[in-house]
Order: sequence, then structure tokens, then C-alpha cells
Amino acid sequence: MNKYLKIAAAAVACATVLGVGGLMADPINETLTIDGQEMVSRTKAPEGHPFDEVYSGWLFRTEETRALQTDTFNNPAMLGVEVGEAIWNTVDGKEGKSCASCHGDAAESMKGIGASYPKWDKDANRPINIELQINKCRENNMGAEPYPFDKGGQKELTAYIKHQSLGTPVKIDLSQGELQSWWDKGKELYYTRNGQLNLACSNCHEDLMGKMIRADHLSQGQINGFPTYRLKSGGLVSVHNRFRGCIRDVRASFPKAFSDELMALEVYVTWRGTGLSVETPGVRQ
Amino acid sequence: MADSKPRVKVPKSAKAGEVITIKTLISHTMESGQRKDKDGKIIPRKIINKFTCEFNGKKVFECDVDPAISANPFFEFTAKVNESGTFKFSWVDDDGTIYTDEKKIEVN
Repeated sequence: MNKYLKIAAAAVACATVLGVGGLMADPINETLTIDGQEMVSRTKAPEGHPFDEVYSGWLFRTEETRALQTDTFNNPAMLGVEVGEAIWNTVDGKEGKSCASCHGDAAESMKGIGASYPKWDKDANRPINIELQINKCRENNMGAEPYPFDKGGQKELTAYIKHQSLGTPVKIDLSQGELQSWWDKGKELYYTRNGQLNLACSNCHEDLMGKMIRADHLSQGQINGFPTYRLKSGGLVSVHNRFRGCIRDVRASFPKAFSDELMALEVYVTWRGTGLSVETPGVRQ
Repeated sequence: MADSKPRVKVPKSAKAGEVITIKTLISHTMESGQRKDKDGKIIPRKIINKFTCEFNGKKVFECDVDPAISANPFFEFTAKVNESGTFKFSWVDDDGTIYTDEKKIEVN
């Protein structure tokens, strides 16, 4: 074989490999079922959404990772959810109360709750998510210290509460208080280029959704599975931790957890996943 | 995770001669004995070193576990069942503690 033929053959081989890679990069067309319960993992996008269809991040993961989520026994995050259940029933603070003292059985009282947060908090005059709602309860009703970010069982208790909404489609009510203006602020942040790499959330999760960024398959960046288990860190990861991680990766200075910026972003990104089932705890790479 | 709690998943019923899948999981830190704490002292090894499964007193599955196994060890295996009975599971800790669990199965 002469030199030119060799090059041509190599080019064909390359094209074949790239072709296969291109096909593999599409989100799979499967339905996620967890313990036999069917999840909404792709659905029609809400009005005003840049996509026609919204996809759960589950559709973008490898077969092995996907399998971990289909059976709660195999899901490594369920250990964290069990820890959350123990916290739910444990008395803490000066008032001698646990979550269960007021809310009883979480399977009843917390059913579907996780799908409607962030909500507008009149007292704080800003949106709150599950983590902040827990802290508010701890301070006002239990006489306990609020959890510092990601510490003391915050992730586990949040995961336990959101897990009670497994399968419920995400739907937040933007007409509460000034939530709409926070949505606007979140949208602006989502589309604003940031950091040394000069990337906006939308560059990866909207413009390049479904493509590969080196070895990583870019999803729509939905947060319906959070707190989610990441195989990378071997533990539960909260939404704000993930936001911060992403912002750090574009080499920008990243805002504090539960800051105005990240709460606005959470409101907006949650809305972008409207209609997808709560999958908490999800399993991702 | 301070407490070690075993969890087992066995089908409630099966046909005689059917091969069933059994899944087990135990929460355990599986401290390898290789790590050091912040003062530079070695953290003593504390792992589950053996796992066994018996069915009506007969051994079905057994394995030795070594320090390279990660935290919260998960074992999945299959067994052929010919009669109703009880699966007994045990995990042996380095400190001598034996964690056990049982599951009944109806064979018809």
C-alpha cells in the first residue's frame, strides 16, 4: 500500500469511528422505570422553552449507570436516603421535636412536595428551596441550629424528602410573590458568558446538548434527580454544589450556596425541567 | 456511617427448580488499614472479611472479602430453589461482630 492510500484508509477509519461516536451521542430512546414505576424522562417543553422536548439527564448516561437507577436496591444513593429517614425521626433542638413530630409519616405528608420547590418565602422575601425550608423549620419550630451548606445531614434529609415525590412531574408556580422576577434574573444568568473560558450555561446545555465534550455527554442540565449520586465522588451531590462545580469549571469565581444568584438560577433551571418526574436520588457519572 | 445494617432482596415466591437472583448490601465503612488520619497515624483496618449465604442449613454462596472492596459492599448471586425455606445471610466484621439477616421464600 502506498503512502497516499494509507492516509486515505486512515481517514475512512477515522470517519467510521466518528460516525459511530455521533450516533452514540444521541440521548437514548428509553423509558426510565424505577422499581416498576414509570418515570417521565422526556416530555413536551413548557411554553417559551428553547427546546421542543425536555430530557432527563438519565437518557444521556451509559447503560451501566442507567441500570443503577432502575432498582432502588441497586441505587447507591438509597443509603443516603435511609440516613435522611433516620434524621427525619430524630429529635433535635431545644423544642424536643423531630421532623416527624409535626409532619408525621413523610410518605404521606411529603408526597409530591419536592416537585413544587423552589417556592416563594414571604418572611424572607426571596425564594427558598428544600434545603432552606428545612433550615427554616429547624430554626423556627425545632429550636435547632440551621445546617451549614452540605453539612450535618442536609443532603441526606433533602434527598429523603424529595424521594417522597418520586415520579411526580416537576411544576413550580411562578405566580407566587415575586418569583417571576427571580426567574428572569435566573434566565439572564443562564445566558450570560462567564469566567476565563467565557461560557454560559446555555453554550453547553442548550447549544451543544447531546454532543460530547471530551469524554462527557452533554445533557440539558436538568436538576430533577437532585440531590443526585455521582459515581465520580461516590456520594450525594446537592444542586448548589453542582452549580458551583460547573461555574468553577468555566474558571469563574463562583457564588456562595443559597446566594441570590444561585437561588435565581435554581428557580430558572427547575422551570426548564417542567414536566419531568422527580427522580431523586438520581445516579450520574 | 457508624451503624452496619444489612439489606437483602429475595423474591417472596418462586417455582420449584427456578433460578432466582439474590441481592445483598451492607452499610460499612470498609476501612482498608492503608489510610492515615490527619496526625499521620494509620487508621486501623476494619472491614467485612467474610460473607456467607445458607439455605435451610446448606451453604449456597460464600466469599472472602479483602481490603480493596469499597465501602457498602454489594453482592449479587443466583441460587436454584427446589423447596420452601429460609435464606440466612451473615457478614463477619474484623472486630468479630457478625451481622445477620434472614429471608423466607415460598416455593410452589
